[in-house]
Amino acid sequence: MTGTFSKFKSDQIPAYLLALLLIVSLLAPVLPLQDPLLMDTASRFAGPSAQHLFGQDEFGRDILVRLIFAIRNSLIVAFAAAVLAGIFGTALGVLAGYSRGLTEMLAMRFIDIVLCFPPLLLAMLAVTLYGPGPVTLIPVLAIVFVPSFTRVAHASVLSVRSQDYVEAVRSMGASNARVMFSTILPNIAGPLIVQFSFTVAVTVVLESGLSFLGLGVLPPAPSLGLMIGTGRATLAQAPMLLVWPCAALTAMILILNAFCDDLRDRLDPKSSKIRGQ
Amino acid sequence: MFWFLRRGFASLIMLWVIVTLVFMSIHFVPGDPVELLLSQDGGSADPATVQMIREDLGLNRPIVEQYVEKLKGLASFDLGRSMVDDSSVSAEIARRLPRTLELIGLAALISLIIGIPAGIYAALHTGRSFDRVASYLAGFAQGIPVFVLGTLLILVFSQMLKLTSAGGFVAFSQAPGKHMLLLLMPSFSIGIGLAAIVFRITRASTLEVLPLDYVRTARAKGLGDRRIVLHHILRNALIPVITIFALQIGSLLGGTVLVEYVFNWPGLSGMLVSGVNARDYPTVTGVILVISALFIGLNFLVDVLYGLTDPRVRK
Repeated sequence: MTGTFSKFKSDQIPAYLLALLLIVSLLAPVLPLQDPLLMDTASRFAGPSAQHLFGQDEFGRDILVRLIFAIRNSLIVAFAAAVLAGIFGTALGVLAGYSRGLTEMLAMRFIDIVLCFPPLLLAMLAVTLYGPGPVTLIPVLAIVFVPSFTRVAHASVLSVRSQDYVEAVRSMGASNARVMFSTILPNIAGPLIVQFSFTVAVTVVLESGLSFLGLGVLPPAPSLGLMIGTGRATLAQAPMLLVWPCAALTAMILILNAFCDDLRDRLDPKSSKIRGQ
Repeated sequence: MFWFLRRGFASLIMLWVIVTLVFMSIHFVPGDPVELLLSQDGGSADPATVQMIREDLGLNRPIVEQYVEKLKGLASFDLGRSMVDDSSVSAEIARRLPRTLELIGLAALISLIIGIPAGIYAALHTGRSFDRVASYLAGFAQGIPVFVLGTLLILVFSQMLKLTSAGGFVAFSQAPGKHMLLLLMPSFSIGIGLAAIVFRITRASTLEVLPLDYVRTARAKGLGDRRIVLHHILRNALIPVITIFALQIGSLLGGTVLVEYVFNWPGLSGMLVSGVNARDYPTVTGVILVISALFIGLNFLVDVLYGLTDPRVRK
């Protein structure tokens, strides 16, 4: 879709924007920014000023700084959950696809069970039992996304495992572990990377939703979902308190989505046909 | 027939697995679940209270007995009693469920009404301005989280334009007009993201059907555009739309939870959220079981619908 306007470089914009987000998030603690938790009750709800470009919130905290740290937090949670889900999901999928038989049956049934629950509900059940906070949040989000990695890995292994080069490595006497992880894995990396990027994007949405309900990141830590949730209370006095985190969250998700689409088009030659281009 | 029975049986198995897992979940918690449930105020719980709740939840009995008891309760639609006010969880759910179903129904309807015609029109005019604008809008609508859209709708329509109240609920029997007005914004918030997906799939599948022989034959027979679109293209292009709908049911239900919260709509989610906050275990598991059953039921319905529209899958 991006190619319709101009063929050159415009499709790399999401990648640049994402890189910018990542760099700012990574460097946030060392950048010369205010403390995101620093309160200044004298200037509650103050409008934009030279020190506070986006103004101050209900406790007089700097909104811009809080937005930056909120984006950082949500990316940290999303990446951590996606990495965990990726490792376990891929291992399970590769094992299932390579060894077939009982292992495959058990693994795939496990996946079906996790998929029985709508993701948000599974997360809420876990929060009820273990209490809210990042220690619950990351493993729960990871479990929710294990199945998608397992499915992708499983399907890819099935199509690769009987290829000649796999047969060749095996007949040279390589161990099963070696065949699975140094021969098959690199050859199915493409779809898995695409899946990883999708998982990060979806996790950002899910985490913000949970935090919005007050069940994810806990105050006073800055989180976009939480900022939107608390901003609702002061809708009439300070609508910008609501608009900024909404805009930041939506922009972040759009950038991630665009990057994912782009990555998929590059790594998966079939997808561009499916999308009717 | 056999195919439908097998699908139905698979759904029942899934339901049983969910019931068992939700039942087990309280036993997976390391340490004493009751003390954990009570610990939100900080400090350790009073031993007498712990003992009382343990007996209330039946946690002092052998696990197999508890499980059988739970299944018996479910067979008679008894989901236990709330730990907060000792009210019946089933009765509360029965009161709230229709409101959630109403929301899901209208959201699905909105998404189809917007998505399908727009998708077909865009596919018939690829590369034209409507197609381009709609494709960008769809990307945007798919990206924006439901609760952000809902919150922004409140900001614009209730806060700035003062057209409607920020949410709430009036029974249909009391004021039908007001009821529908209040239903509109929440269902629109859920429906618009889904509409974007329906749009994309309809567009893509129409494009796939367009160059096929039978469309050319229909044209050669001298049929009008309208008839070709309605009878030859739409029927075949809709099959993938049904599939996608099935895949989106989970996020539709999740979206409902958030949107009900945003608009103060007293459906299942308000009950769920307050249950989670109060660590009210019977309420949370009750609502989750009902929503999961709904999830499985809707999936089964979509499967049946799919089997009806496309006999090839019934193998």
